[in-house]
Amino acid sequence: MSNEMTVAPPPQPAEAPQPAKPGKPASLWSDAWYDLRRNKVFIIGAVLVFLLVLMALFPSLFSHVDAYNPATCNLANARQGVTGAHWFGTDNQGCDTYSRVIYGARVSILVGILTAVITGVVGGGLGLVAGFYGRWVDILLSRVAEIFFAIPAILGALLILSVVGRDNSQKWGVWVVVMALALLAWPLVLRIMRASVISAKNQDYVVAARALGAGSGRIMMRHILPNAIAPVIVTSTLNLGVFISAEAGLSFLGVGIQAPTISWGLMIADARARFLSAPEMLLFPALLLSITVLAFVMLGDAVRDALDPKLR
Amino acid sequence: MAAHGETILEVRDLVKHFPLTQGIVFKRQVGAIKAVDGVSFDLRRGETLGVVGESGCGKSTLAKVLMALERPTSGSVTIDGKDIGKARGSELKRMRRNIQMVMQDPYTSLNPRMTVGDIVGEPFEIHSDVVPKDGRRQRVQELLEVVGLNPDHINRYPHQFSGGQRQRIGIARGLALQPEIIICDEPVSALDVSIQAQVMNLLDRLQKEFNLAYIFIAHDLSVVRHISDRVAVMYLGKIVELGKDNEIYEKPSHPYTQALLSAVPVPNPDGRESRERIILQGDPPSPANPPTGCRFRTRCWKAQDICAKEEPLLQIRPGTDHLSACHFAEAHDVVHAQ
Repeated sequence: MSNEMTVAPPPQPAEAPQPAKPGKPASLWSDAWYDLRRNKVFIIGAVLVFLLVLMALFPSLFSHVDAYNPATCNLANARQGVTGAHWFGTDNQGCDTYSRVIYGARVSILVGILTAVITGVVGGGLGLVAGFYGRWVDILLSRVAEIFFAIPAILGALLILSVVGRDNSQKWGVWVVVMALALLAWPLVLRIMRASVISAKNQDYVVAARALGAGSGRIMMRHILPNAIAPVIVTSTLNLGVFISAEAGLSFLGVGIQAPTISWGLMIADARARFLSAPEMLLFPALLLSITVLAFVMLGDAVRDALDPKLR
Repeated sequence: MAAHGETILEVRDLVKHFPLTQGIVFKRQVGAIKAVDGVSFDLRRGETLGVVGESGCGKSTLAKVLMALERPTSGSVTIDGKDIGKARGSELKRMRRNIQMVMQDPYTSLNPRMTVGDIVGEPFEIHSDVVPKDGRRQRVQELLEVVGLNPDHINRYPHQFSGGQRQRIGIARGLALQPEIIICDEPVSALDVSIQAQVMNLLDRLQKEFNLAYIFIAHDLSVVRHISDRVAVMYLGKIVELGKDNEIYEKPSHPYTQALLSAVPVPNPDGRESRERIILQGDPPSPANPPTGCRFRTRCWKAQDICAKEEPLLQIRPGTDHLSACHFAEAHDVVHAQ
């Protein structure tokens, strides 16, 4: 970019006049990326998400105290309040809340991303098949999706987790929560993908590909999927925040992540009884949770604006 | 135009009905839209057959059936001795090499997520034995050059081109497999008039260069006249008149053709006074329930009892020199251009 700004423009080669401006990115994806880089909401969201992901991957970068080491807790320091040594105070066991909040990011981010990816792949894949083939394939998949759709999300997750979660909570804790959320959320993605595929498959370029003799696989992968995926990407990004808050909610209710795994939902649950005497115990994990959800929603909003051709 | 070769496309009694169903779970057929209802014609090598008619007369359905994008309800479309309407699988794929199409809307007929090179090169990927892999890029650039585009633009995306340039991309894609027949479904109606002429001239040049046969569908009569050797006039799923372009334009014998021609704008103000204006009453009837006998009789000023009872066949009538489906066909110059 800087080269083009400082150096005088080279003489244009003699060619047919081009409607595209010089330096304009080529594909629609790079157009979207071009828009995103200039969007303040996206930049704020992306920076926050970057920090949170960094926190999830390398919590030791943010806190010198290892929150998973019980030796760092001292019962004598329980509910100490905000001090120089413990910025966010200490909890019921006398553990440092700041380091626990940092270490808690991993579970939230993991649950959010895994669930969004699984629902995106499963719902998106089935939606592609349902929308493309139509007829009985569509009827079958859509009715199955509606059955899952009819289950109230929190109630369904509570039920699933209270049946399968407890015994496997230690080793498979995160996965059990992810599967429960994914099981209830994939129909939403299926519906969005199906609608988007149905509108894409009637486009002239799909007819042109069929006229060339292209098979179903090629039409789906090369023509329909690239043109139908944008709404699914947007929904998945927005849903990420929803899944993170759902995980916190389920952990708060005692069926999600189990101690000693650190989760913001669990920390909020521990703090609620002592809210009046030690409000910082509840405020800080709740604040981080809100910031995380907000960051992903901002990211999703910005991505939607960039990918929606009507706003161009 | 020059003498033409052997027949390469033979359409016989082609019928395409779209069922109308009622009910949600147990669908039963309550009728059919008779989009194409008994169409027959031949197409010879290097020839252009223009197909004209108003919206909803079955022109585009005809194109889809010829392209085997829709299966005919009955009748046959024979290319090189094989019926494309009955071909399946690899045989159909092989037959598609011989018949390609240029679509109407250059803004929707190109995949916005693919580069021009990918779009024009896709036929070679589908029919992988046509051009070896390492020669494909060069072949695509040659094709772009043939249709008058800069071969260096191979990596650009469709939205970086104008409408006329996009239509050229569509034409290059249609030419890629070196077909003998190209079906042009209103290829210029979405373009500006100045661009229309360029694309028409390109199609003209390509026809001479590659000895292509065109089926040229349009509702603009002057565009069709410019390019066609023969013209078929369609009304409500049937061909009502078929003949050489001069026969149709100067000596139309079917009342519908006469009415259509009388509506063509005349650029010369002197000629404008002498031409007749035939104003048809009413709308075309529903193709789900066409009139008995002659389909045009409900709007025809010549209609008699026989028109309701007996369907007029497409044949040469006394007093005319080409095929016409009217009991009372008579040559009558409406335009008086000469």
